Amino acid sequence: MATTSLEPTTGSGVSIREFTEEEQYYVASQWQLMWRKFRRHRLGYASGVLLVLGYFFAITYDFWIPYDFTDRHDKLSSPPTRIHVIDANGTWQMPFVYGTQAIVDPQTFKRTFEEDPEQVHPIGLFTQGAPYKFWGLFEWDRHFFGVEGTTIHMFGTDDLGRDVFSRTLSAARISLSIGFVGVVLSFVLGIIIGGISGYFGGTVDLLIQRFIEFVISVPTIPLWMSLSAAVPITWSPLQTYFAITVVLSVVSWAGLARVVRGKILELRENDYVMAARVAGAGNMRVLFDHLVPGFMSYLIVHLTLAVPSMIIAETTLSFLRLGIRAPAVSWGTLMQDAQNVSTIAVFPWLMIPGVFVIIAVMLFNFLGDGLRDAADPYR
Amino acid sequence: MRAYLVRRFLFMVVGWWLLSVVVFIVIQLPPGDFLTNYIAGQEQAGTFLEREEIEALKLYYGLDRTPIEQYLFWAGRFVIGDLGRSFGSWRAAEQPVTKILAEVLPFTIILSTLALIFTYVVAIPIGIYSATHQYRPGDYFFTAVGFIGLAVPNFMLALLLMFMLFRYFGITAGGLFAPEYALAPWSVDKVLDMLKHLIVPVVVLGTAGTAGTMRVMRGVLLDELGKQYVITARARGVSERRLLFKYPVRLALNPIVSGTAYILPGIFGGNAIVAIVLSLPMTGPVLLTALRAQDMFLAGSIVMVEGALVIFGTFLSDILLALVDPRIRQERAVAA
Amino acid sequence: MTEEQAAVAAPESGAPTDEDVILELNDVRTYFELEEGTLKAVDGVSFAIRRNETLGIVGESGCGKSVTGQSILRIVPKPGDTQGNIWLRRNGETVDLASLHPSGREIRDVRGRDIAMIFQEPMTAFSPVHSVGNQIMEAVLVHESVSKQDARTRAIEVLSQVGIPEAERRVDALPHELSGGMRQRAMIAMALVLRPKLLIADEPTTALDVTIQAQILRLMQDLQKEMGMSIMFITHNLGVIANMADQMVVMYLGRVVEQGSVEAIFGEPQHPYTQALMESIPRIGLTRGERLSSIAGTVPVPLNPPEECGFASRCPKFIPGRCDAKVPDMIETSPGHHVRCVLYE
Repeated sequence: MATTSLEPTTGSGVSIREFTEEEQYYVASQWQLMWRKFRRHRLGYASGVLLVLGYFFAITYDFWIPYDFTDRHDKLSSPPTRIHVIDANGTWQMPFVYGTQAIVDPQTFKRTFEEDPEQVHPIGLFTQGAPYKFWGLFEWDRHFFGVEGTTIHMFGTDDLGRDVFSRTLSAARISLSIGFVGVVLSFVLGIIIGGISGYFGGTVDLLIQRFIEFVISVPTIPLWMSLSAAVPITWSPLQTYFAITVVLSVVSWAGLARVVRGKILELRENDYVMAARVAGAGNMRVLFDHLVPGFMSYLIVHLTLAVPSMIIAETTLSFLRLGIRAPAVSWGTLMQDAQNVSTIAVFPWLMIPGVFVIIAVMLFNFLGDGLRDAADPYR
Repeated sequence: MRAYLVRRFLFMVVGWWLLSVVVFIVIQLPPGDFLTNYIAGQEQAGTFLEREEIEALKLYYGLDRTPIEQYLFWAGRFVIGDLGRSFGSWRAAEQPVTKILAEVLPFTIILSTLALIFTYVVAIPIGIYSATHQYRPGDYFFTAVGFIGLAVPNFMLALLLMFMLFRYFGITAGGLFAPEYALAPWSVDKVLDMLKHLIVPVVVLGTAGTAGTMRVMRGVLLDELGKQYVITARARGVSERRLLFKYPVRLALNPIVSGTAYILPGIFGGNAIVAIVLSLPMTGPVLLTALRAQDMFLAGSIVMVEGALVIFGTFLSDILLALVDPRIRQERAVAA
Repeated sequence: MTEEQAAVAAPESGAPTDEDVILELNDVRTYFELEEGTLKAVDGVSFAIRRNETLGIVGESGCGKSVTGQSILRIVPKPGDTQGNIWLRRNGETVDLASLHPSGREIRDVRGRDIAMIFQEPMTAFSPVHSVGNQIMEAVLVHESVSKQDARTRAIEVLSQVGIPEAERRVDALPHELSGGMRQRAMIAMALVLRPKLLIADEPTTALDVTIQAQILRLMQDLQKEMGMSIMFITHNLGVIANMADQMVVMYLGRVVEQGSVEAIFGEPQHPYTQALMESIPRIGLTRGERLSSIAGTVPVPLNPPEECGFASRCPKFIPGRCDAKVPDMIETSPGHHVRCVLYE
């Protein structure tokens, strides 16, 4: 009597007609709905795409940079190389750079670079350059771009003559990954502790709650500073990297644990969990089959929004020389050169790595925002 | 009300205790014991300690005892106000930690308080504006500013603001006093000079908290504005303005007040960074130099004192919350 | 303006001439312009409420009955917009509420004083951080220039009138300190403190226990007699309508599909939708094994609805080519009994 419209999905197994758009809405899985909604959040979606691109460049950075990030060039503290498309005669050319010469002012010792219109060096693609071992798998010496006869520094050079563009791109590897690894670590801690707290409730919950409140109420940066200062100087860059991630997550799991707990408490009261229990499902089964999927989307949102604070923390610690150590580079270590105003006033291009930090953080925030809207697909 | 306050007070005390454990662990973390480091540091500075002195120090720090006893020694002395001695990382002078703190802590507290006030004074009106003008240009503008404010690391914001002041106004914003006031006795002019120097740090410190608080205010307001009690009030003829300020704004203040517990650690933490970049005589630079020199008693004390202050601030915000929210005031009645 | 003038002025604007009618809706449309299209929550609703009469509005959730109530007070949530005429007779004048600015002085004057509204959720109807008395007093203070003390006395009076014991003490209680039933009484007190001529009750008993429901309904009937007011009773519960109302309006998908006296409609439901509703009520004397019928399908969302009878997709008596050709007209089948169905054309 009652059902005519949805009959075709079950019954004979033969679909009589296609679902209308509206019906598709009802039968779509949670993830499909989320994805559909997310696609419509233009800013969030674009940020996601840009971040994927960013990570791609960070992973394959060897190829995109013209020089190794430790190479020193003759041009010390050179401003970004100007790229020209019109030559001295006023005709259009493929992009090229002029050779430059450093001129030191005898009075101020200020160094300026003068272009020499006689030396024209076209920018080449897939040029041969310093050999590198791509992903440690095979040797290669091709770089995406480069010039012969002189050097090209898109973002200038630092006081040791190292190419800031190459360094910035190389640093993306650590700066972008540390947020991820750190968040995964905090996530594991958070989901275990928060899960226990929310699921069992009672005294356990009370104690863990108070502890979480305590952890949140401690000023993170001094604690981060103290903990990273304790990382032995003798450790290798890789060890330091992991030590710093551990330090970052030791302090920041608490926020996530609180979210997990709150969500579990909320879901625990839901009818479907009660139904599962009545049906005789055990604790673990209820937790993983019913509760975890219930807030997975929610957690992903929070994870995304937790990455930026990790990136900022790493940058800050490295800026204070308490984080990543040379020869490894992160955006924070690159900013060490820009410690005071006079440096920035004279060498403003040293701030460029910082711009990357800001962009990365904003992209993550936009992405998180888009995901948050999408995570509530029925709204 | 009383039961609530007693509970929050106990929580504060327990928090202090937990913090002291954490800090003690931090102090112990660097390899080697601090006495050896201290002796090495002194020798570097050209002072050689007598055997008796070393023995006295060993006894003082309880180095021949178990870690728990050492902790009790340290914590006990902390309670009576003896924070140990700095090994001379700050201003190259071996001196009691309390002396250094007396020098830098007041400024730190002044700056943090001002930054907190700045946060509220800026964030609350903007949050109200954004919520009442949702999806209008003003809302988008403040949302964008908020996103940028959240994304710029404190130290970069400090550098950028300093750079702009320097570039466009020729002002050097570093330090806390102009040279002519640095050593002068306190006067009205000196206070004004200090406030002038505090503008950049206050703005920098307040920005991150402002961006967050603004979003919270906007979100809670939008939530509350759609609630039944607002519609009920509208249905009995209450004006939109009164409707906004009597109910949702009032209720939105609760998460803002309890949010202080989250903003405060950020401000105190950010303080360290800003003070370092702007070279302000505050706890940040002291902490950094102490950590670099592994002058752990100084570093640990700073973390301990700042953490204790933040926990105390949280306690104050709990009291404030009770004053704002009658539900909490009457909690005892409800629980009984 | 005297009553005579009002009566003269009325025909020009199309306003009601019947002295007894205190509120008349004429072709009221409340649309929500959404990203997905136009949601026609209320789509051309007309009815009238007389002095001291109780009008029941019945329909499934999503039929637009609540939005109709909100439209009268102009408290439709954003981005809803109300068109049409909502004539209110006050002090001998006729005001078209639909033409007023939704947050302006005039409509605020009407709210609470001439027309009051009570809601389904007594839990959330009060601000949790203000006392119940404070919120009742507010209604008085907003509309009348009286002292706080007087307003408080009025609040206590009305609280005891709705049967709240120890009103002097309860007036300072916070909402969460009252039980659900008490809170609903307090909400009625808040609505009635100014003795409005019309009370719009939007599912006032749905969230309550059955026993308390009966008490509240009884209370409303008593207060109606005592104060002499009209009630517009919005509910999905036909039983409540049968008990409370004199006239009734059946709504479906934003439109009125049938209206008339309660006796007429319960006696002879004419619209297939009304008939289906009636059959879904449990009755004593139902033969064993006979099942309660339910209406097939669910209420569609009135988003960009096609120009056809809204019930067409679920109607057992659906006639292709007629029901989906246009929106049927309202037809008077017997005096005072109207139905919107092609079967009676």
